[in-house]
Amino acid sequence: MKRTLAWLRDAIVSNRVWRSIVRHGYPDTPLDQSLAVFSNFFLHVHPVKVHRHSLRASYTFGLGLMAFYLFLVLVVTGTLLMFYYVPSVERAYADMKDLEFVVSFGIVLRNLHRWAAHGMVAVVFLHMCRVFYTGSYKPPRDFNWVIGVVLLVLTFLLSFTGYLLPWDQLAFWAITVGTSIAGYTPLMGQRLRSFLLGGNQVGQNALLRFYVLHVMLLPLVMTVLIGVHFWRIRKDGGLSRPEGEEHARAA
Amino acid sequence: MATEVKTIEPKEPALTRAWNWLTDTQIWKSIFRHGAPVTDRNRVLVMLSNVFLHLHPIRIRKSGVKLRYTWCMGGLSFFLFLVLTFTGLLLMFYYRPTLEYAYSDIVGLREHVPLGIMREMHRWGAHAMVITVWLHMFRVFMTGSYKPPREFNWNVGVIMLVLTLLLSFTGYLLPWDQLAIWAITVGSNMARATPFLGHEGPGAALLAFGDVKLIHAGDDARFALLGGTFVGEGALLRFYVLHCVGLPLAIAVLMAVHFWRVRKDGGISGPL
Amino acid sequence: MHLLKDLVNFLADPRIYFVLAVGMLGVLVWQRNRLASGRVGYGLMAFLTVFFLFGSFDRNFRLIVTKPDNVPIVGLIFVLLFFTWYAMAEAVKNDQRLEVGKPPIEKEEENRVWVWPDLVYTELIALVLCSVILIVWSIFLKAPLEQPANRAATPNPSKAPWYFLGLQEMLVYFDPWLAGVVLPGLIIVGLMAIPYIDMNPKGNGYYTFKERKAEITIFLFGFAVLWVSLIVLGTFLRGPNWNFFGPFEYWDIHKLLPLTNVNLSEYFWVRMLGRGLPTNWAVREFPGILVMIVYLGVLPAVLARGWFKAYYEKMGAARYHVGVFLFLMMMLLPVKMLTRWLFNLKYIVAIHEYFFNI
Repeated sequence: MKRTLAWLRDAIVSNRVWRSIVRHGYPDTPLDQSLAVFSNFFLHVHPVKVHRHSLRASYTFGLGLMAFYLFLVLVVTGTLLMFYYVPSVERAYADMKDLEFVVSFGIVLRNLHRWAAHGMVAVVFLHMCRVFYTGSYKPPRDFNWVIGVVLLVLTFLLSFTGYLLPWDQLAFWAITVGTSIAGYTPLMGQRLRSFLLGGNQVGQNALLRFYVLHVMLLPLVMTVLIGVHFWRIRKDGGLSRPEGEEHARAA
Repeated sequence: MATEVKTIEPKEPALTRAWNWLTDTQIWKSIFRHGAPVTDRNRVLVMLSNVFLHLHPIRIRKSGVKLRYTWCMGGLSFFLFLVLTFTGLLLMFYYRPTLEYAYSDIVGLREHVPLGIMREMHRWGAHAMVITVWLHMFRVFMTGSYKPPREFNWNVGVIMLVLTLLLSFTGYLLPWDQLAIWAITVGSNMARATPFLGHEGPGAALLAFGDVKLIHAGDDARFALLGGTFVGEGALLRFYVLHCVGLPLAIAVLMAVHFWRVRKDGGISGPL
Repeated sequence: MHLLKDLVNFLADPRIYFVLAVGMLGVLVWQRNRLASGRVGYGLMAFLTVFFLFGSFDRNFRLIVTKPDNVPIVGLIFVLLFFTWYAMAEAVKNDQRLEVGKPPIEKEEENRVWVWPDLVYTELIALVLCSVILIVWSIFLKAPLEQPANRAATPNPSKAPWYFLGLQEMLVYFDPWLAGVVLPGLIIVGLMAIPYIDMNPKGNGYYTFKERKAEITIFLFGFAVLWVSLIVLGTFLRGPNWNFFGPFEYWDIHKLLPLTNVNLSEYFWVRMLGRGLPTNWAVREFPGILVMIVYLGVLPAVLARGWFKAYYEKMGAARYHVGVFLFLMMMLLPVKMLTRWLFNLKYIVAIHEYFFNI
């Protein structure tokens, strides 16, 4: 049995195709462990080694990762939902009903998307609290905090724009109220409101506008900023920790 | 330290003083961790500390910056992809993927929307991208750059070539004019003949329980592609989502892997 | 002038066109040393420009060339020919250097330069130029928008998007399951297999022809002749009912071409043996199936002992067989074209019962 497995492993690993894709052995030696992290594109956001302290669950509660994971869940479920939804006034509501009664597992898909979105807002908020309580916004991480705040706003906006899409009473009036608040912005209030709605009231233009913001523009900006956010974590010396070799920013 | 001394020099022009003050603030220094890339040290730092530049190495082979060697086709393909993302995003604001509106929205885009040129840029950019991707592949072949250690990256490239064609193909349907539906009809009719999976393909007739056919017009490969038995509402929405989200997402991830591998395989190819 | 147009129309006939394309590739490979001079390259560009300029005086030519979606293909003809010539010219330069013992040009450019500013600014300039070209192009050429979609009115011809026209052209010779599914699938698989099949370690990272004669010739045959030239054929030279029309010919919807294509089984049973077709499909198609088995099953083994002996020994059995299979599948197209033109052969194997026609 053991020999068969060893033979099988060799058959898979020792050929040119495998070796052209994976450039290291099984990560059970320090060398291969390092190589596994930095020769893999999807793992390279990680450093090769982290402090034991940053693995302690009670320090981070894994909130940042959870927020990112929920974002991925939302991207996947959102893409699937798009296949059953048309952003036009005549169709939107009927499509939601179809998701519930016609499409197999449609209602599960929609629920996943909606609750994951609420979950993401909560988790992002908690993540911010954690970062604040541990003082991780202090130099050299000050700019990353700013990016984080922008990400928080984007999360709210994504949730807000998605709220309109079912085109039911809940959606319609929530957005009506929300956008009238935008109308009280000093100097350019009404202009901002009609820019958001594409008109004077929540209608076809608003629906299409919110749809595109929700499915394309905001996620795109979010993705770029998430990239920057992760990048800065690394460049600012990984997760924050009390003292030691942590270098202050070169003045 | 040196900048601090400079800021109190009284004879410096106002603009320089303002600049020095700005670059000395906490905000500026929290964003940029190095000075202008005019010294060798800063040229290193700019590549190491900027997330948008970090896919570059710090120094590269001289032939890597020469048109003679690269034809610049890879870079142009990437740039055209960015242009297409941007213009496509703008177009989405004026387009609804339904039978009633698709065509009239495009007409509206042409006649009413300021800067309706976005549609032209999107379409010609897409055609141009197909061509630059082909030429990029051609160049990579002619310089033998697919040879070890770059074999896998060539494969990633082939998949992206296919995705580029699919992106262009799915986008072709969206204007919902005669050109669009018949081109897609011709193209998707081929799926009908997929071996075993298309209802007019070889082997499909074998997949049956007595008289009950497993593969018929209502469940074959073409049906999955079009969301129906003909190019209609289902196909339009399906192609729209694939074109706007599904395929761009896939190609973006692969692009990142592609660039990553370029670096990991030792940068732009050159003689050993 | 008319004589010239008639000549071009005559040369554009798929049969002559294809032979000419293969011939051009042959000349390019064979006479590469002479063709490598700048004069030839720019001469070629000038000739093409003059051709399109003069052609555009003709109504039919103008009609097909200025169709908005066809404009990129005119561009494609120019850039593809230019870059094919250019890559060959660079390869010849390096070959000549290698011959006298000098390293390739790329080797001398191996010293490193700073990415900032050398590369970053090059990129910026390329982006700006590309944007300018794209914007100008977009201002002057409107994107096509025809009548609203109408399922009741099929246009004649209905064409796939231009980059798939090579596949649509293959439909003339193969059934959709081959032309639209299997062969495109094999193109992708074949492209992906290239780095694993090609065992030649030379020519990595510099232009050269001499060190990679077979690879480059096969690639150019597949890419330039089978893929791009068929796209050009499908775009400009195929009119109503997918009939052939010369570039200066009026698209007459009533043009009729006699179709007298015959299956291999008919050749065998009816013409050779002088009897009716057997009713059992396995017996009926037995000669065709045999031909295919010989082509894909026996031929590689025979070649391994004959012409391809050197490759077989260098590549090893597995790699050789995958490579030759892919090569033979690619050659299926020209083989089928030739048999169609020479013998009016319709199908080699024609099992209509199972939609299995080759």
